[in-house]
Amino acid sequence: MGMTDNTFPGTPIQPDEWKGNRYFFKEAEFPLRYSWDSGIAISRFLQGLKEGRILGTKCFRCKRTLVPPRAFCERCFRQADEWVQVKDTGKVNTYSVSYVNSDASRRSEPLIVAVIEIDGASPGMGFLHVIRKIEPSEVHVGTKVHAVWKGASERVGSILDISHFEVY
Amino acid sequence: MRRVAVVGAGMTLFRHRMLETGKEMAFEASRQALDSAGLERKDVDSVVLGSAPDAFDGVHMKGEYLTDGAGAFNKPYTRVYVGGGTGVFIPIAAWWQVASGMADIVLAVGEEKMSPLQPHPQYAFWSIFDHTLERPLGVTLLWIFALEMRRYMHAYSVSEEDIALVAVKNKGNAMDHPAAQLPARITVEDVLKSEPICWPVKRLDVSPTSDGAAAVILASEDVARKITDDPVWITGVGWNVDTTYWTNRELAYPEYLEKAARMAYKMAGVENPRREIDVAEVYDPFDYKELHHMEGLLLAGKGEAPKLTKEGVTGKDGDLPVNPSGGLLGVGNPIAAAGMMKVAEIFWQLRGEAGRRQVKKPAKRGLAQAWGDLMQVGTVVVMER
Repeated sequence: MGMTDNTFPGTPIQPDEWKGNRYFFKEAEFPLRYSWDSGIAISRFLQGLKEGRILGTKCFRCKRTLVPPRAFCERCFRQADEWVQVKDTGKVNTYSVSYVNSDASRRSEPLIVAVIEIDGASPGMGFLHVIRKIEPSEVHVGTKVHAVWKGASERVGSILDISHFEVY
Repeated sequence: MRRVAVVGAGMTLFRHRMLETGKEMAFEASRQALDSAGLERKDVDSVVLGSAPDAFDGVHMKGEYLTDGAGAFNKPYTRVYVGGGTGVFIPIAAWWQVASGMADIVLAVGEEKMSPLQPHPQYAFWSIFDHTLERPLGVTLLWIFALEMRRYMHAYSVSEEDIALVAVKNKGNAMDHPAAQLPARITVEDVLKSEPICWPVKRLDVSPTSDGAAAVILASEDVARKITDDPVWITGVGWNVDTTYWTNRELAYPEYLEKAARMAYKMAGVENPRREIDVAEVYDPFDYKELHHMEGLLLAGKGEAPKLTKEGVTGKDGDLPVNPSGGLLGVGNPIAAAGMMKVAEIFWQLRGEAGRRQVKKPAKRGLAQAWGDLMQVGTVVVMER
């Protein structure tokens, strides 16, 4: 039997049927709470953010400056050698204009998200963050940006201690 | 290693929501695959099942939950999972068992029921991101696709129009697939004018979320020849994963996929994939991914897949038909089942059983590929008649 038989089993449910009473559904929620450890490397990275600094780690073997920092160099597969402070500026590696939230609902305002290559890290290395105070059409691959920090008293050791990035 | 053949295939309809449970869908696809090979559950030595995150179903131990639907109880049973790459990893894991001599007949099943999660299945993907550095930013799965698409467009000067052609082709091909969820005749303009979700990703650049299942049966050479006089051989398998530090990688090119492809090509003795692969089912959850993956699979040079698409080379009647099934964009994207659908499609194409979707070119050697996790997994099988 091949596809030429054109018979594939299944009972599709249309949205109007789903919302009506035609079928039985069992609904429930099970909210799960977690408390994640930050780990050896990211704990120190977060401490740096709280102090208004972006930190990386260096691997002396491959000579890379790793951002986000790790406790070990995954390439050389050995402990990272030293902590270094990198700059809080960088350039846009790639970006997107998001119109949706994580549950696929629409955002009230579009959000520019970007992978930002951090100055002082090895080429192509950076992290995900958001860019504000600029029209989406004015952002490009290669656009230079800097971190806008929350006030020292508001910083708690979070990626959100960097409020956002802005073009300069 | 022993030679391994595909001797049967089956699948359910792919739809946004199905009345059937995951277990029932797995049964329907498995039963159809067994029927197509004239086999019964008792003939099956071992079962390999793939299904993506448990969060969609809200059922932990989903592999065990699906056991009965996959005909697996009282048998050696394995669930495999490599994100979206799972669908093509299932037959690879089944291949290990037959090639090694551990089993003569393996039932390989891909199942996905995404619809239970409310308000949208998309939400489950939130938890694939780093909990400390990425989730606080309000991340959605679409971001990584949009970021990768933008980087790809930048690296090779690819336009949104070039990319839209893939959606037009695949949704059009799906018009001939009787199980398809989103078959459509659309134009490039329709894609460009569709609602932006995460620019450059627009509504019609994206595959839907789906419920569905698909299954294939693998057999050793001597057993396969007793089951059918038309076996399709799996002559190459390859798989590879890149680092999770995705913000440190060049997103414009899937290097891990090239490694997976080279592994499969070496095994299959393929030296020039562009010339030696007759038909390809390339993973296309988004339209740009087909182009990106064709390049990683060495079916096109870097940045050259859009040109092949524009010239019609990848059309059903072209020299290198890509996604004649209609792909994930047209048939639907029940994750693990979607990859298996591609393997089934190559099986049907090589046997000349693809009906109205049959490619014009005589097809002797085909390829199926899937991709997943944080843009880091490549899974590839090469199949030959």
